[in-house]
Amino acid sequence: MTAPDLTIDPALDTFPKLVRHNAQRLPRKVAVREKDYGIWQAYTWSDYFEQVRLIALGLAALGFQRGDRAAIVGDNRPQLYWAVAAVQALGGIPVPLYQDAIEREMEYILDHAEVRFAVVEDQEQVDKVLHVKARCPRLEYVVYDDPRGLRNYPEPFLLGLGRLQELGHKFAQDQPTYFDDEVARGRADDVAIICYTSGTTGAPKGAMLSHRNLILTARNAIAAEGLRSDEEVVAYLPMAWVGDHIFSYAQSILAGFTVNCPESAATVLHDLREIGPTYFFAPPRIWESILTSVMIRIGDAAWPKRALVQFFLRLAQDVERRRLRGEPVPLRSRLLYPLGSLLVYAPLRDNLGMRRIRRAYTAGEAIGPEIFLFFRSLGINVKQLYGMTECSALIAIQEDGDVRLDTVGTPLPAVEIRITDQGEILVRSPGVFQGYYRNPEATQATLEEQWVHTGDAGFVDPAGHLRIIDRARDVSRLADGTMFAPKYLENKLKFSPYIREAVCIGQGRPYVTALVNIDFAAVGNWAERRGLAYTSYTDLAQKPEVYELIHGEVARVNRSLLDEEALRGAQIRRFLILHKELDPDDEEITRTRKVRRGYIAQKYADLIDALYSDRDRVQVDARVTYEDGRTGTVRADVRIREAETFAWQGVS
Amino acid sequence: MTAVDAAGPLLEVDGVSVRFGALVALQRVSLEVQPGEILAIIGPNGAGKTTLLNVISGFYHPYEGRLRFRGRDRTHLGPADVAALGIARTFQNVALFKGMTVLDNIMTGRVLRMRSHFLLDAVWVGPARREELAHRAFVERIIDFLEIEAIRKTPAGRLPYGLQKRVELGRALAAEPALLLLDEPMAGMNVEEKQDMCRFILDVNEEFGTTIALIEHDMSVVMDIADRVVVLDYGRKIADGPPDTVRKDQAVIDAYLGLPHA
Repeated sequence: MTAPDLTIDPALDTFPKLVRHNAQRLPRKVAVREKDYGIWQAYTWSDYFEQVRLIALGLAALGFQRGDRAAIVGDNRPQLYWAVAAVQALGGIPVPLYQDAIEREMEYILDHAEVRFAVVEDQEQVDKVLHVKARCPRLEYVVYDDPRGLRNYPEPFLLGLGRLQELGHKFAQDQPTYFDDEVARGRADDVAIICYTSGTTGAPKGAMLSHRNLILTARNAIAAEGLRSDEEVVAYLPMAWVGDHIFSYAQSILAGFTVNCPESAATVLHDLREIGPTYFFAPPRIWESILTSVMIRIGDAAWPKRALVQFFLRLAQDVERRRLRGEPVPLRSRLLYPLGSLLVYAPLRDNLGMRRIRRAYTAGEAIGPEIFLFFRSLGINVKQLYGMTECSALIAIQEDGDVRLDTVGTPLPAVEIRITDQGEILVRSPGVFQGYYRNPEATQATLEEQWVHTGDAGFVDPAGHLRIIDRARDVSRLADGTMFAPKYLENKLKFSPYIREAVCIGQGRPYVTALVNIDFAAVGNWAERRGLAYTSYTDLAQKPEVYELIHGEVARVNRSLLDEEALRGAQIRRFLILHKELDPDDEEITRTRKVRRGYIAQKYADLIDALYSDRDRVQVDARVTYEDGRTGTVRADVRIREAETFAWQGVS
Repeated sequence: MTAVDAAGPLLEVDGVSVRFGALVALQRVSLEVQPGEILAIIGPNGAGKTTLLNVISGFYHPYEGRLRFRGRDRTHLGPADVAALGIARTFQNVALFKGMTVLDNIMTGRVLRMRSHFLLDAVWVGPARREELAHRAFVERIIDFLEIEAIRKTPAGRLPYGLQKRVELGRALAAEPALLLLDEPMAGMNVEEKQDMCRFILDVNEEFGTTIALIEHDMSVVMDIADRVVVLDYGRKIADGPPDTVRKDQAVIDAYLGLPHA
């Protein structure tokens, strides 16, 4: 691959300049559509530019100064995208907010970003802004798009977008060159947007991204993914999320493709079908809910239909799994697949509005392999993507034809990746942000000589694919310094149908051990099929045959670690099967089924000590609370078994 | 929408009585509905509220007394004629066409405004086509207004009750009424649905300038949205005035708000 071009033409170095350029080169091409009154209303690039110009001039008439911040709040609406460009045209900084933010969050950001103007969608957002305005003294004007219900609001600082554009029109008569002059003053290194990231801890942080960050990142991804001006995207993810800003704003303006705004949040899936996007992004939970809705409809179908669909779906998944692994596909499947395509896959794709998809992405968190496989097996090109706000959203993407279940792909052009000794992923790219707004401490903690600390632990595998292990803070070390990712191991263990829960131990220890909870139903069923008698969970758990079964599963996990250089040394050496199920009533796991490590380490200290001794069985006294309130103790013998480990034979 | 004659009340009910055999449902009730206002009619069960609404919408005819709409006598008109005058209503128990989609249900509200010949409609040419497009556009405004885009093509019978009520309001709005009669628009709704419905009623009044007379049991709702309240008890009007005044009226407190019936 040739080195990506990192220069920017100074005539086209900001988004407002690029919008104007589109109005000249693609005046009649549809830039954005919105479904309104049941009909898709289209705006061309020339309309887009004119709207941006009038909004910008209207803001100027209200006294907007270079560097002012303007909040943008609402669902994905063309008017709000125009407002983003209008603010940028005047050298201001748009600050998109999550439309479902509660008042307290809104107040924090409006105040922290020292916002002077707010452009909001409707009455709901106006009401929220009005409630917090008294505590945000810098906020001067609130502009709304949808006037419904706002007619009798007396506030003098409140005005509709139409009125703002009228003001802009008048302003332009006095100062006809104002808009062009202001746009010309924009520079690539001006801050283009501040995206506040929620973060799991502490107050939101406002990541500042420059025009250069966004233009280079979006342009490199357009080139790498081969995006064209005839793409159709559906803009339905929050405007405050950097991903939407890249897909529905930056890339759309750079490539000139069309953004479609759904009628309302409730109609997204339906509107998706009408548009038939060619380029689509969804986080795992959306893929999951689409899959669920398909499964429900299949379940409702008459049995011959259901049997047919299920047969072909199984076939497709088997074929896709083999393809991803690079294994040969049996002749029978190869012959049946086109029939399935005719009867099931193509109609289903069409029904989901995914017939025209050339690329689709999932990101944000790990997607379940079955879900990923389901969509790919239908012939939808879903790929995994890795990114974060601080890197202008895009770091790595799986290339077409090089898609795997367990990686997030290869770094995009001009993106460099480094793994620290602690296993944390560092990224350096043209998209690396300019720092957090008014938060130098956080900036310092995240940005180190142009390298961004992602907070994720991972490694680059021999094929050059980036793999994410876990959040870096959840990764620790064995006594000899080998990297140890307990959650990663536990998830691999739990992938087995026979293992319900697992707790891996190893921090500061010589090797890794595991406490395993069998899945009573699955293992019970397995035992019955083998004619293995058992009386209770405890009894079943301690059967030598069950130990043999779990031994196989642990060996599978250990073997899979061989491919992962950083984790190869952290194979499970010894394990035991717990005599009881981990239970939220006993405070061993949370109600959302997260393992409470600290508590377990304390409660099962005897067992854990035994795992790090050479004993092969340990006695536990289990306290049992009976239904009538009496308590008793049950004495159980818990076996400990050595696990099979594997030595790395290959050359990396 | 429909222009309202500048002067005088939109509707005058003058000494109206209604009897069902020996039962006197309404006894010389007089009230006026002023253009642009939201009037709430309240009262205990059996006070005659729905009967009053039925008289206004032409389902019942008064035994004595007169009705005037925009200053003209309308005492003896039937429901269809009343609807043609610009009075639309919703029902206490939802009365939608259950098998028809939401869109089609609301479209039926436009029937009185359709002018083209049914034979032209059948072949969908020329004026019929233009007319249908115009009606559809209007219905889409209502769908947008009531935020029911997602259920546009859903059969009305499959919707939850709260949404059916909203669709029924949409159908009444489709007639572009000058006066909208709502019979317990919030009955059986949860708090959130009630809040939504309140907002819609206020917005209809504000955006379309529609005059609204509604029957409601939930006093907090009435006090929030009504400009004026009329109280009925045993078929008689016992109070008429702004919500705050009515709330303090001793006869009202005795009849309805506080004391149990003696």
